[in-house]
Order: sequence, then structure tokens, then C-alpha cells
Amino acid sequence: MISRIRAVVLVPALAIVLALVTGAILMIATSPLVTGELSLILPLQAYLAMLSGAFGSFDGLVRTLVNATPLVLAGLAVGIGFKAGLFNIGAQGQFIVGALLSTAVALGVNDAPPLVGIPMALLAGMVGGLVWGFIPGFLKAYTGAHEVVTTIMLNYVALAVISWAVSGPMRGANVTFARTDDILSASLPILLGRDGHLGILLAAVAVPIAAWLLYRSTVGFEIRTTGANPEAARYAGMRPKNLIVFTMSLCGLFAGLAGATEILGEVGYMTASYSTGVGFDAIAVALLGRAHPVGILFAALLFGAMQAGAGNMQILAGLPVQMVDVLQAVILLFLTAEIVVRRIFRVRGQTAEMVEMASVSRSYGGGAT
Amino acid sequence: MEGLYDIPVIGLVIQFVAYLVAQFPLVAPIIVAAAVPIVLGALCGFMNERSGVVNIGIEGMMLIAAFTAWWAASLTAQAIPASPGPFGITPALFVGLAVGILAACLTSLLHAWLSISLRADQIISGTIINVFAFGITGYLNILVSQNAPRAGGQLSRLLLPGSITEIPVIGLIVKAFISVGPIALTMLISVVVLQYLLYRSRWGLRTRAVGEHPRASETVGIDVIRLRYRNVILGGIFAGLAGAYLTIEFGNAFQSGMTNGRGFIALAALIFGRWTPLGSFGAALLFAASVGLERSINISPPTGTLGDLMTSVPSQFYGALPYIITIVVLAGVVGRSVAPAADGIPYQRESKAA
Repeated sequence: MISRIRAVVLVPALAIVLALVTGAILMIATSPLVTGELSLILPLQAYLAMLSGAFGSFDGLVRTLVNATPLVLAGLAVGIGFKAGLFNIGAQGQFIVGALLSTAVALGVNDAPPLVGIPMALLAGMVGGLVWGFIPGFLKAYTGAHEVVTTIMLNYVALAVISWAVSGPMRGANVTFARTDDILSASLPILLGRDGHLGILLAAVAVPIAAWLLYRSTVGFEIRTTGANPEAARYAGMRPKNLIVFTMSLCGLFAGLAGATEILGEVGYMTASYSTGVGFDAIAVALLGRAHPVGILFAALLFGAMQAGAGNMQILAGLPVQMVDVLQAVILLFLTAEIVVRRIFRVRGQTAEMVEMASVSRSYGGGAT
Repeated sequence: MEGLYDIPVIGLVIQFVAYLVAQFPLVAPIIVAAAVPIVLGALCGFMNERSGVVNIGIEGMMLIAAFTAWWAASLTAQAIPASPGPFGITPALFVGLAVGILAACLTSLLHAWLSISLRADQIISGTIINVFAFGITGYLNILVSQNAPRAGGQLSRLLLPGSITEIPVIGLIVKAFISVGPIALTMLISVVVLQYLLYRSRWGLRTRAVGEHPRASETVGIDVIRLRYRNVILGGIFAGLAGAYLTIEFGNAFQSGMTNGRGFIALAALIFGRWTPLGSFGAALLFAASVGLERSINISPPTGTLGDLMTSVPSQFYGALPYIITIVVLAGVVGRSVAPAADGIPYQRESKAA
């Protein structure tokens, strides 16, 4: 068991270390632009500021959890897809449509009691994401249109949809720019500190549910089998077409829920130009977490902490918050170039299981499955 | 003419054409300008995908090129002030262009190394490039902007003699397409040259062979790995031109995330154009026209029944049209678009495969 965990965790952990080293080199190289002279201690200052920002105070800790919440849910939306051999780049669009539908319902039930409003608004978010996931799933299963391209395109269609909805029918009554009214009764209650909303709990619950679904349920077994070997799955009597549609819809549901918690718990209203990086961060989270729900949880916490500490880093060390994006990309880079990590640290032994991801990018023009 | 407008359906089409003709002088330059980076991005994708490497990192490559071109031009302008030559070229702009292209080629090299040598998932490689590009350009942009950098200047368009542009109809078209800056002209030439090379040269035959059936290509002596490396890196030139176009020809400033999805529209144009340079060019013009239409309806909406119809459609619809068209084409509902057969599949030599 321990050797198994070691095999799965070691390379991601080393990838993080290498990314921090690379980030440090970049910080030193750009330090003349920050402080006016070459500074060797700048990375140390930056990382310490980041650490204290994310974990140094109760508020910072809560911030980490709040940031991690949509990343966990959207990370599951990408990770579950990986298990089925599907690359869901559309978590972004599913997130946005979920957020929009959730806002629409939440505004509709502004007068209802929270006990009614919250479940309805959350449900609406899930339905919105589900629909936006169903479309590429259906297209993949029945026309062979590759989900990577269709989900990228749907991300942009989603942006057009919210732009239209929020500047048109959903525009608030007394607002100076294109945004909706405030969400009142369906706002998620604050459980922790200043802004630790109910969504944290939902994300925490979603992890065991997703794990159960993938590893203990029949449909999860079928998803994993289809991902590992579609031919074998078909031979065993499973129906890959239905599974593709089901899995993409399920992915969309999680991403939609992420959008709903973000709007209901964090923002409180929707804008026409609502933009977020969650959908793309989620891809990094799912990869770093090796597409396993527990791994995704830890990866999301790491990214959430980095985002929570970024502000502090900017204030104390003078480094722009975009450093976090760079670090995330470099982590992914080392994770992908696993062989480099293994050479540097002389890691031996089996390669961590990436079976579920071996089949991800098949030719995207190919025929119907 | 107006009498025809009342015929059902056909009347609307006639009104639409009349509207387009009336708007053409206003909208055509906007459309061409919007199409240039899309076509160039699509050419980058073309070089990759025709030889069997999927590239969703065009957006990131463009962003890196846009930033480096602008920054290099700005630094050079500070060091060597000079008066502009033809096309408004200064040493600063020349250096900017070269650095932008070089940066995009280096990014392409990373993509090639990950997807060809390491046989990593090409979608992941593209994602890494996009996230990295967004982060690093945003990071450096803030640091560089703190010191109030000097403007690097801007390339100017080709000025045609009045005797050509004043020819009715043809003059307008020539003016829209030819009276453009050097990067846009390079784009026009590249489309024609690449289309010719793809079907009429040894390189084109080999590229198509490697993209469709690498194993068979290797058996007839084509070095699959080398050809893929070469094409991916050369593809970077076009992403570099696309990025540089944004910061030293179309505009002269850099903003964080300024590619704003153009790299993905380029991918869409490549698919809609069936993975050919000419097709991508047409698709990009159509997509840009869709955006141009959105603008044109906002500025001067058509009148009459057509006006009622077109303004009742949300303007966002025209912006989303390229993406919807791509989904429809990929799904094969109207005219199927099929990728090169080996697109996205890492190649492993037989001798090592055991």
C-alpha cells in the first residue's frame, strides 16, 4: 500500500518542488524589474509571503478553502472525464452556464425562504452544467465530433450566452453596468470566518461521492473500463455511446455546481463579461491529482492556497499575482515531462498509473465510436 | 430595386446583399484586419496538424509573440531611435518582429519536444503552453509597464496610387486586401504558397503522408520524427507573425490576455477550412465577417424588414457564429470536416516499440 501511494504521490510532489525552483530562478532573473537590482533573496521573500498569506491567519486559511471549492468541483468535472478517456476542456463553459442558470433561478426565488431557494439555485446550476456537458457528449457518441474541439467552441458560445442574457433579459433594475440584481435569499450561508460559505462543505462531500461513483458503483466500473479499453468494454456488453453521454453530462453537472457555488457563495450576482480561469485551472488540478478524487482534492487545496497567498506575495515582495499561473503551468510541465523529473531525482520503479489517460487524445476527426 | 424587397424570403436575401454592398467600404478593412491573425494562427495549426501534431496552444504562442515583439521593439526604440523607412519599418520594429517570431518558434519547440519526443498528450502540452503564456506575459507586462516603456512604433500599410483604388468595385477590393501592412501581406502570400506546396511539392506530399499514415511513411524512408519537428517549429513562425501583428502592426500596445480567444478561432478556421491553407483563409474571412457584421449592425443597422429581423437577433449571436459553425461542421451535419488520420497520435518507431 505504502509503495503504491509513494508511486502515485512522489512524481507530482517532485514536480511541485521543481516548479518552485524554476519559479525562483524566474523571480531572480526578473528581480531587476522589481527592485531595481538583482536580488537573490526575492524568491524566499515571495514564497514566505505566499505561505503566510495562505496559512498564516484564520482568514487566509478560509480563503484557501474558498478558492479550492470551485477547483475541487471543476477538477472532478475534468478528472471523471479522464477516467472515461474523455478530455473535457469544457469545464469552463459548463461552469459559466451553470453559474448563469443558477443566477437566473436564484433571482427568481429572491422572495422565497433560503431553505427553498438555495437547493433550487444549486440544482439549476447543476442542470445548466449538465446540459452544456451533454451536448459534446452526445456529439462525440453519435457523430464522432471530438470533445476537445467541441468543448473549446462551447466555452466561447457560453460567453456569448451570458453576455446576451445579462445585458438583455437578466439585466438588473438599477445597475450602472451590465450585471444582474443581487442574489438575496439563495446566497449560501457563511459557515467559517468572513467568507467561508456552504460551498466548501459541498465540495468536501462531492469528493467521496465521486470516489464512490468511480470505484464502487457499476457505472463507475463501466466508465473506467471504457476509458482503459473501449473495445473490451463493448465486448463485455457495455454501451460506450451511452457511457460517453452519461460521463460528459456528469462532468458538466460537477462543473455547473462549481459555477453555482461561486456565484451564490462568492460573487452574489452575475456580470455580462463574467470571466474566470477556473475551467482551465481545473485541468491542471485534475492532472496533478492524477484524475483521482482524493488527488484532485489535494491539488485543488494547493492551487487554492497559491491563489490565496498570491495577494500577499504581491504586496510584500512586489511580484505580480500572475506568478501563480506561471507556477501552475510549470508544475504541469514537469508532470508531463515525467521522465525529466525521474532523471533529476533518480527516481526508479514503476511509472505511476496513467492508464486512464493513455487514450485521451485520439485523432479528433475520427469516425463515430 | 426597392420593389424587389417585398418578395417573401428572396426579398430579404436581396436586401441583405444590398446592405452588404452598401456597407462594404466601411466594413471590409475591419474584416481583413480581424482575419489576419486568425489566418496566421490557422497556418500555424496547419503546419502542426497536417504532419500529425494537434496544437491547441496557438493562443498561447500568439500571446507570447505579441508580448515579446512589443517589448523588444520598445527596448530597441529606446536604444536606437530612427526614422521609419518603407512600411514604417524601423530597426525597433524589425527587431520586435524577429524576436516575436523567435519566441513563438521556441514555444513551438517545447510543444514539439513534449508531443513528439516525450510522446506526451498533445492536448496537455497545448494547455501547458496556454496557461504558461497567459501567466508569463501577464507577469512581465506588469513589471515592464511599471517603468513606463517607450512605444515601439507601428508598421504602416502599403499606399496604392489613386488610379488603382479609384477603379469601381475592383478598386475597393484591392484596397481592402492589398493596401495593408507587411505582416498582412505576408499572410496573403503564405496562404497561396503553402496551398501550392501542400499539393505540389515533395515537402507537401511527405507532410500529408506523415499526417495520415506515419508508419507507412517511415517504411518509404521519410524521417517522421524529423519532419514533424521541422513542421511544428516552422509553424511557430506563423504564430509569431500573428502575435506580432497585434502589437506592432494592428496596434502598438500590449494588454494582458489580448489574444482574447483568437488562437481558438484560428483552430476553428483550420477545422472549418478542412485543414488546408486556402480553406482556412476562407473560413477566417467568414468568421471575421461575422464579427464585422456585429459591428456594422451596431453602427448603422439595416432598415426595413431586414433591419427588424437582424436587430431582433442578439448581436452576441454573430460573435458566437464561428464557434457554432465549427461544431456543426465537425459533427458532420452539413459537410463533414475530417482531420488527418494520425493527428494527435504520438509516433513511436517500430524498432523501439517492442
